[in-house]
Amino acid sequence: MSEVLHRTPLYEEHVALGARMVPFAGWEMPVQYEGIIDEHRAVRTRAGIFDVCHMAEFRVFGFGAFEALQHLVASDLHRIDELGAAQYTVMLDEAGGVIDDLIVYHTGDLEYLVIANAGNHDIDVDWMRAHLPGDIEFVDESDRTGLIALQGPEAVRIITELAGHEPPARFHIAEAMLDGSIPVLLGRTGYTGEDGVEIVCSAAAAVAVWRLLLSYPEVTPCGLGARDTLRLEMGYPLHGSDMDRTTDPLSAGLGWVVSAKKGDYVGRDAVEHIRAAGLKRRLVGIAVLEGVPRHGYPVLHEGSEVGTVASGTFSPTLGHGIATAYVPVALAEAGTRLEVSIRRKTVEATVTRPPFVTKTSLST
Amino acid sequence: MYPTDLRYDKEHEWVRVEGDAAYIGISDFAQDQLGEVVYVDLPSVGDALAAGETFGEIESVKSVSELFAPLSGAVVEVNNELDKSPEMINSDPYGAGWMIKVALADPSQLDDLMSAGDYESFVANEA
Repeated sequence: MSEVLHRTPLYEEHVALGARMVPFAGWEMPVQYEGIIDEHRAVRTRAGIFDVCHMAEFRVFGFGAFEALQHLVASDLHRIDELGAAQYTVMLDEAGGVIDDLIVYHTGDLEYLVIANAGNHDIDVDWMRAHLPGDIEFVDESDRTGLIALQGPEAVRIITELAGHEPPARFHIAEAMLDGSIPVLLGRTGYTGEDGVEIVCSAAAAVAVWRLLLSYPEVTPCGLGARDTLRLEMGYPLHGSDMDRTTDPLSAGLGWVVSAKKGDYVGRDAVEHIRAAGLKRRLVGIAVLEGVPRHGYPVLHEGSEVGTVASGTFSPTLGHGIATAYVPVALAEAGTRLEVSIRRKTVEATVTRPPFVTKTSLST
Repeated sequence: MYPTDLRYDKEHEWVRVEGDAAYIGISDFAQDQLGEVVYVDLPSVGDALAAGETFGEIESVKSVSELFAPLSGAVVEVNNELDKSPEMINSDPYGAGWMIKVALADPSQLDDLMSAGDYESFVANEA
C-alpha cells in the first residue's frame, strides 16, 4: 500500500463534504458522500455531479488526424464528420483485445478530443504515440483538464441556466461560458443513463465549476459507488471488468461500435476472423433476486460452471442484484435460467437483456 | 460514543446480555464503514455458533463482509425483519438492527470482549 495516489483538483472539496476517499485506478477518489443509494436516487430523480477529473483527455489534431484516429478505433469515425459530434468507441490491439473504450469528440476543424479511462492512461498514451503517424499532433491534456459530470432529469435545465443557452444535442459537444466567466466544453454524454452533460474545463477552474453546480440545492455530489450502480443498471460496460485485452468487442456486446465496412484499422483482421468463426461466449445481463453478485463469482447452468460474473452490484432502483457475465452463446438468450454461486450458496439468476432499468430521462 | 451496556469484539460485533442469552449485532462504526446494507445472511434458530467463527454475511452496495460470532452458543432467535429492511442495521444498529439472539454456552467468554471505552480506543487505532 505504498503506492502514491494522484489527487484530482477537487480533492479538498470532497474531504470538506465528508466523502469517503478510496484508491481507484491510481487515484484517491470519493466512493460516497452520504450514501450510495441516496446519491443514486438523486441522479435518477433530480441531478448529481461526479468528479471525473481522473479520466484521461487527449487532443489529436492536424492534417491527417481523422485518418490516424480512424485507423486506431473500431468505429467508423465518419459518423462524427459533423463538427461537434461524438462517438463512443473501442481501441483494439492486433489480436482484437480491447485496450480501452473511449469517447471521441470532434471538437474542431482537424481536431479531436479523446476521453479515456483513468486506469488505462499510461497504456493509452504509449499505444497512441506508437500507432499515430509521427506528423499527427498528440497532446496528453489529462493533468491540466478538469472533467465534471452533471447527470439527471434536472441536469439540462441547470446547465442551460448556467450557460445561458441549451447544451448541444445528445452525443455532441460545444463551447459554453458558465456563469458568464468560466469557459468550458459541454459534452452531452454520460455514464448514468440519465440526460446531462460532461463538463470539460481547465483543471484550475474545476473547483469553481464544482461549487457553481453545488450552489443548486437540487444537485447532489455523487461518488464512484453511485457511478457504478447507475452505469450497471444501464448495462454500460466498464473496462477492466466487462472487457479488457483478453476479450474481443463482439463477445463483449460491443458489436454495434465495430464497423465491418470501414477500411483497415488495428485489430480489424482479428475481429473479422472472430465474427466469421462465430462467437463462443457473450457478455449478458443477469438478474439475481437473492444476494448480490460480484465480479469473479462463478455462473452455473444446471449445476455446472459455465461462466463468470464480470460486473455485479445491487440495483437501488430495482432492489435486487444485477450483473453482467460471460456465458456460452447457447445460454445467452434472455430468459435463460442460470445460477450464480455467491460464496456458500447458489442462487437463481435469469438472463436479462440490459438496460435493467428502462425508464430514465433519456428514454422518456 | 458507544453504548456502555454492550460488549464488543475486534470484528465490530456487539453483544447485549439479557439473562442467560445475548443479542448480537454490528457496531455503528461497522455499519458506517460498510455503507448501506442491502442484504444480510443469518443463521437459523437452533444453529450452533462457535466464538470467532463466521455466522453469516452482510452485503452493502459496495462490498460483502463476514459476520463473526463473538460468543459460542445456540441461536434462539433471528431478526427476520432484516430480510425486508436490512437498512435498519444502518439506521439503528443497536436496536432494530440486532441480528441474532444466542443462548450463552460459556458466559466466561464475555470477559474476552471489550468494554465500550476499550472498543472506542480500538476503533480509533484502526481508523
